[in-house]
Amino acid sequence: MSLSLSAGGSVRAASANSNASQRTRQPIVTGTSVLAIKYNGGVMMTADTLCSYGSMAKYKDARRLQSINPKTLIGGGGEYSDFQAVTELLKRNALEDKCTADSLYDEDASEECAREVWNYLRAVMYNRRNKMNPLWNDLVVAGFSAQGDSFLGFVDKIGTTYEDNYIATGFGSYLAMPILREKYREGMTEGEARALLEDCMKVLFYRDCRALNRIQIAKVTKDEGVLISDPYELETDWSSAAFITPKATLDGDGGW
Amino acid sequence: MNQFAYHQQQMQAPMPMSYQHDGKSAETRNLKPGELSTGTTIMAIPFEGGVVLGADSRTSTGTYIANRVSDKLAQLHDHIWCCRSGSAADTQALTDYVRHYLSQLAIETGRAPTVKTAAHLMRRLCYENKDNLMAGVIIGGWDPVEKGSVYNIPLGGTCIKMPFAIGGSGSTYIYGLVDSMYSEGMTEEEAHTCVKKAISHAMARDGSSGGVIRTVVVKESGNAREYVPGNALPFGP
Repeated sequence: MSLSLSAGGSVRAASANSNASQRTRQPIVTGTSVLAIKYNGGVMMTADTLCSYGSMAKYKDARRLQSINPKTLIGGGGEYSDFQAVTELLKRNALEDKCTADSLYDEDASEECAREVWNYLRAVMYNRRNKMNPLWNDLVVAGFSAQGDSFLGFVDKIGTTYEDNYIATGFGSYLAMPILREKYREGMTEGEARALLEDCMKVLFYRDCRALNRIQIAKVTKDEGVLISDPYELETDWSSAAFITPKATLDGDGGW
Repeated sequence: MNQFAYHQQQMQAPMPMSYQHDGKSAETRNLKPGELSTGTTIMAIPFEGGVVLGADSRTSTGTYIANRVSDKLAQLHDHIWCCRSGSAADTQALTDYVRHYLSQLAIETGRAPTVKTAAHLMRRLCYENKDNLMAGVIIGGWDPVEKGSVYNIPLGGTCIKMPFAIGGSGSTYIYGLVDSMYSEGMTEEEAHTCVKKAISHAMARDGSSGGVIRTVVVKESGNAREYVPGNALPFGP
């Protein structure tokens, strides 16, 4: 019984099932968008706390932002079980590093920086893709690089990677990206960054069937490391007159 | 087959996957790509003297919410209303036809049509075009004969008079709740509260339902529409 993530299924199953090439599955329990931006203190990331079971909003308190080591934060959309496996793998690596570090007293020396985590994930995801059995996730990695500047990168289920000043996955890549592009500036304050992310999450709640208005925001800073907020609810607006006026009247347009 | 081969190739029957899910919900499976759907929660409860109808307001194309404040309660005649679920195009077309026929009938007979007539008209259209339609509707209204009555017309064109009706993709989540809340002979207040509560529970769990709750209370004296905004729901989101 293989517990390794890279095996992508046991060897015995592969030989019994000669259709080994058919192992890519459908995601079952899924998380939606993850958004992240760099700001003057570091990097900020947000995701809602919903995991859907098909169209059902089944798990409303799922945690899709995880801290891997005190300096690195990852967020994941897509199949939640695969995200949990990835998180477990990274945390296990971090623990091993800590326990086998040259000096037990020098914390900083053992930690992988965010850029290293990002590169490692690229290898893991691409390797599984080659076995036609991907970890069905879009992952966002935030933290700092070894040189000390802030880092924000993306890895998807087939091992595509890129880094940028702001990242959006899932529905966010369609709806939130234009807003981020418009409003992003180098060196935003924490308040501005948070307001921008909350605005994007509100739009996603309005327009994504698989989104929830209960979100978490997390930030990574040099001094304090990773801080993930408790989940909280966003205010939404339904008060426009055009919304309230009924449309499907006898002489109306049908009210689609 | 090479009879001298040491290993014979097995004839592979298609391997049954232990979990078959194509990612589509029952409501959207038959829609053409890009077609607009009202994955929905709709509900109607009659009370002494009338009917309460309610619906959510989400219209989705796939997982994109095309309209977050849609109006799914269509008026067919003065005291006859219809809750729409399924394809938005199909239900709008059906609503238009039934309105047309009902208004003609009212002129010909000189009095308001009954809810039963409206329901059976809708049934005729849904049944005879069942291969081309994806529409599940609930007809509710008031007439002097039956007072408040509710008819459920699901996919296929069955028409069945019911003590209360729920429909749409979100209704699956509230069967238990409605079964426990419903009782014979509810008052207008009780029925209205029940509708709003049940729909907000369905909206909390169904990805294809959401937005605001629209209700209409239909009585002999007239129709009263209400709007419950998405940040003031009895439960959820």
